Amino acid sequence: MQHLIKLAFLILLSVTCYAQAAPLQIEITQGVASAQPIAVVPFSVGANVGVVNVDVAAIIAGDLSRSGRFKTLARTDILNRPLTADQVNFRSWQALGQDNLVIGSISKEPNGQLSVQFQLFDVYKGEQLTGFKIPTDAKNLRGVAHRISDLIYEKLTGQKGAFSTRIAYVTSRVNIAGKIEYKIQVADADGYGPRTIVTSSEPLMSPAWTSKGDKISYVSYERGRSSIYTQTLSTGQRTKLRSFKGINGAPAWSPDDSQMALTLSKDGNANIYIYNVITGAFRRLTNSYAIDTEPSWSPDGRQILFTSGRGGKPQLYQISVNGGRASRVTREGGYNARGRYAPDGKSIVMVHRVGKKYQIGSLNLKTGFTSVLTKGNLDESPTFAPNGSMILYSTKDGLKSILAAVSSDGKVKQKFRLQGGEVREPAWSPFK
Amino acid sequence: MKKLINIVSLMLLSAVMVGCSSFGGGDNGTASNGTAGTNGAANGATTTGIDGGATFSGHVLDDPSSPLSTKVIYFEFDSSAIAPEYEAVVAAHAAYLAANSTVSIVLEGHTDERGTREYNVALSENRAKSVLDLLSLQGVTGSQVDITAYGEEKPAALGHDEQSWQLNRRVELVYPAH
Repeated sequence: MQHLIKLAFLILLSVTCYAQAAPLQIEITQGVASAQPIAVVPFSVGANVGVVNVDVAAIIAGDLSRSGRFKTLARTDILNRPLTADQVNFRSWQALGQDNLVIGSISKEPNGQLSVQFQLFDVYKGEQLTGFKIPTDAKNLRGVAHRISDLIYEKLTGQKGAFSTRIAYVTSRVNIAGKIEYKIQVADADGYGPRTIVTSSEPLMSPAWTSKGDKISYVSYERGRSSIYTQTLSTGQRTKLRSFKGINGAPAWSPDDSQMALTLSKDGNANIYIYNVITGAFRRLTNSYAIDTEPSWSPDGRQILFTSGRGGKPQLYQISVNGGRASRVTREGGYNARGRYAPDGKSIVMVHRVGKKYQIGSLNLKTGFTSVLTKGNLDESPTFAPNGSMILYSTKDGLKSILAAVSSDGKVKQKFRLQGGEVREPAWSPFK
Repeated sequence: MKKLINIVSLMLLSAVMVGCSSFGGGDNGTASNGTAGTNGAANGATTTGIDGGATFSGHVLDDPSSPLSTKVIYFEFDSSAIAPEYEAVVAAHAAYLAANSTVSIVLEGHTDERGTREYNVALSENRAKSVLDLLSLQGVTGSQVDITAYGEEKPAALGHDEQSWQLNRRVELVYPAH
């Protein structure tokens, strides 16, 4: 008698609402000289507030300087700390070369609730530009700090701030058993507080936010083949999209979340399909013998940008959501793939090969001009901040894959470092 | 009596139990397969040396002197064409599958890390399909063959140079029951 015990495979898969993970570290690697000088004075904390372990002013200063639009005054150079508007000596801030000044306080209301108050001043005019009092609790101070950053940024640049948004990304690392462990994580836009939403011993890829920002769709190989799942962030519950023989990949939600563009190869080779959430129907959008994949919706929901190998090498094409003829969008370079529209629809970013290097390119759809924004060898997966100011992407840092960000004009660059493991495929959330 | 205990797919925390079909484990048929002797797993043929000297008494799929022992096919960059040196390998697998119609195979397609991820999934599927086409031409029925396209997600080598890349541009021929 012969016993043959065979362990075919062991899948460790967990879907969680939220589990804490190692934090990201951000390092600004390139800034701009023209950044606007601003001083953010440490916020005063009322005597009855108790212990506050969140440095609100430091978070605001960090947000503003990471945007590349602002140069924040070092804390060691902030010698006097006005608590109220009438304590502000504008001349002394002018002498420090500051254009703007932020002061604020955390206090306890008579009803026991905390509130954060801030004021933004124009140092030269000597007047207040904006100011708010935001009720909160100790747990949400970090979120309030990002909201203040958003308000300051919008007041001074005219563009909505994206500091209160989040990022999702894929990580992989070799675990103690020597096997690769894949995760999708979600963190604040500044990389703080990463939480794991799904873990698997088989590949996870292509995270995509719904336009509402309450769910993330992704591709998982946990069943031994690719399937698309859509997971609600608040509950951790998920549903599996009906899957077909072959590829089930590249999910992308329409601006109204009523449809998902995706890649299927059920009818032969990889083509773009549109899944209608209401009817449950799958409609074939592209029809080529080459590879068609990586769909992206135009902000108005009318066009789909996608990668196609129909011309011999991967290039980006655009097709009406209703079908018809696809037109080629990229002309420069022998390799352009995985395009994403800017939130204003006026430009796209993509992976653009320069020589032997895969870098992030930006194509102005009006002028047809392509500019190269990054300098890596293997840069990929560009994703726009919802205000269009920054592009997050993945790059190699030595042997490791990390996330990096570049301003849409290419002038400001920063690296996000996660302890251990590879970090890739970032997806920036929409506005809340 | 022969007992085959097959423990498949243990999934933890909130995930549903799924059926096993295409997980082969590693490369090159490393799955353990019982002890030496005239044994072959469930569906296998058995080889015996007849001319003295070295004999191989394991499963024919593991016989190092047979092209069947080659279970990884490598590809050129951005190509899904099968190089001439692998034609004999594919032909051997085709003959084996054609002769053993109950045996099934999974073709796992892979790419190197260059290029975008979903495009690479499609490229890796094309590579596996090239192998499938060649198998089909040689009498293997479609129901015996399954394809999984992994793109660049499961590299065999973790480096970022040509040495690793060439090991990652591959189709693995996995016999799930072997």
